Amino acid sequence: MAVEVRLPNILRPHAGGQATVSTVGSTIGEVLKALVAEYPGMAGQLVTETGEMHKFVNVYVNDDDVRYLDKLDTKVTDGDTVSILPAVAGGGF
Amino acid sequence: MAFYNNILELIGNTPMVDVSELSPNPRVRIVAKLEGQNPGGSVKDRIALAMIEEAEKDGRLSEGKVLLEPSSGNTGIGMAMVCKVKGYRLRIVMPANVSPERRQLLEVWGVDQIIESPGNEGSNGAVRLARRLAAEDPELVFLYQYANPANPRAHYEGTGPEIWRDCPEVTHFVAGLGTSGTLMGVGHYLKDQNPAIKVWAIEPPSGEMVDGLRNLEDGYIPPIFDEQGGAELLDNKTIVGPRDSIEWTRRLRDVGVFAGISSGAVLAGAARCASRIDEGVIAVVLPDGGWKYLSTGAWTDDIDLVTERAKTTIYF
Repeated sequence: MAVEVRLPNILRPHAGGQATVSTVGSTIGEVLKALVAEYPGMAGQLVTETGEMHKFVNVYVNDDDVRYLDKLDTKVTDGDTVSILPAVAGGGF
Repeated sequence: MAFYNNILELIGNTPMVDVSELSPNPRVRIVAKLEGQNPGGSVKDRIALAMIEEAEKDGRLSEGKVLLEPSSGNTGIGMAMVCKVKGYRLRIVMPANVSPERRQLLEVWGVDQIIESPGNEGSNGAVRLARRLAAEDPELVFLYQYANPANPRAHYEGTGPEIWRDCPEVTHFVAGLGTSGTLMGVGHYLKDQNPAIKVWAIEPPSGEMVDGLRNLEDGYIPPIFDEQGGAELLDNKTIVGPRDSIEWTRRLRDVGVFAGISSGAVLAGAARCASRIDEGVIAVVLPDGGWKYLSTGAWTDDIDLVTERAKTTIYF
């Protein structure tokens, strides 16, 4: 599956400054693995050594946070947009 | 009860109104709780009063004390109203890029000081600066809405029971995620009554607000979200962007509900929920009224223009 991944500012230097990169994978876990394979600077920033998603990273398929779907096993299909965002103090109202 | 001894007695017990004509699914009703009906104008009156009265009880707060709080608006305004009535002084740390009405309202209530944090750091920046200032001056009373258990408790004891009383047929609860107080308090209360109820969190896109982050370790999860088991409580978390938020704010207007832009975001999320389920009743919290957003032109200006403006203004 070919998916588009939107990177936050802080990860862009690891991808030659690109805001959006294309990658492949049929689950979020595979997509993140492919990203790290292509841009090794992201190693350890997305998934921890124990294979969990990094606490301060939120990953969305289209607009849904994968933590509340199937986490790293969340399926992606052709044309999906994956967004990686740091956890911040929401709107804070 | 139609007679009150004090304006603070009017906080809470807000009305719920059926806005199902906005539901994209005829088998799903949407019922909205109008928190803009609180005397200070938002849902945050509830936690402002709860946090302040808790601090009075445990002795942290007494005559002559000065409070400090990070807020992008509504909590600051609610606390300013409560502090005016109770005679406390208040300093608010607020991002520079909030709608001007929020600043004007803090001035109306006569807060001691409005301390600006960098706009591109969003609420994160306000939280960081407030924590630093509080650490530097232990005389300040720092109630810190993101970590104060009185915040979710106000919703567990107030907002949640009110929704259950007025809408016991609720199957889904949808609200915005900021400090997470509303979601944790109402979410836990409703699931305690009926574990089948699903809880959806709506977030604004962090967009430019994350530009101030230098690395992921600067990330922030509100302590109350962690302490209350937010990751286990929520059934879904979804982002609603500014255009959708403004379009749904206008749709609310079309059925006579004049609500703020974050209310539009919540309604957009509820509509998304409605289109994914077969049938049900979705209860939503609309955090405030539209008054504080008149200057954004949200209802009257060209939608493209308003959407662009919303990207650089904190409206959630």
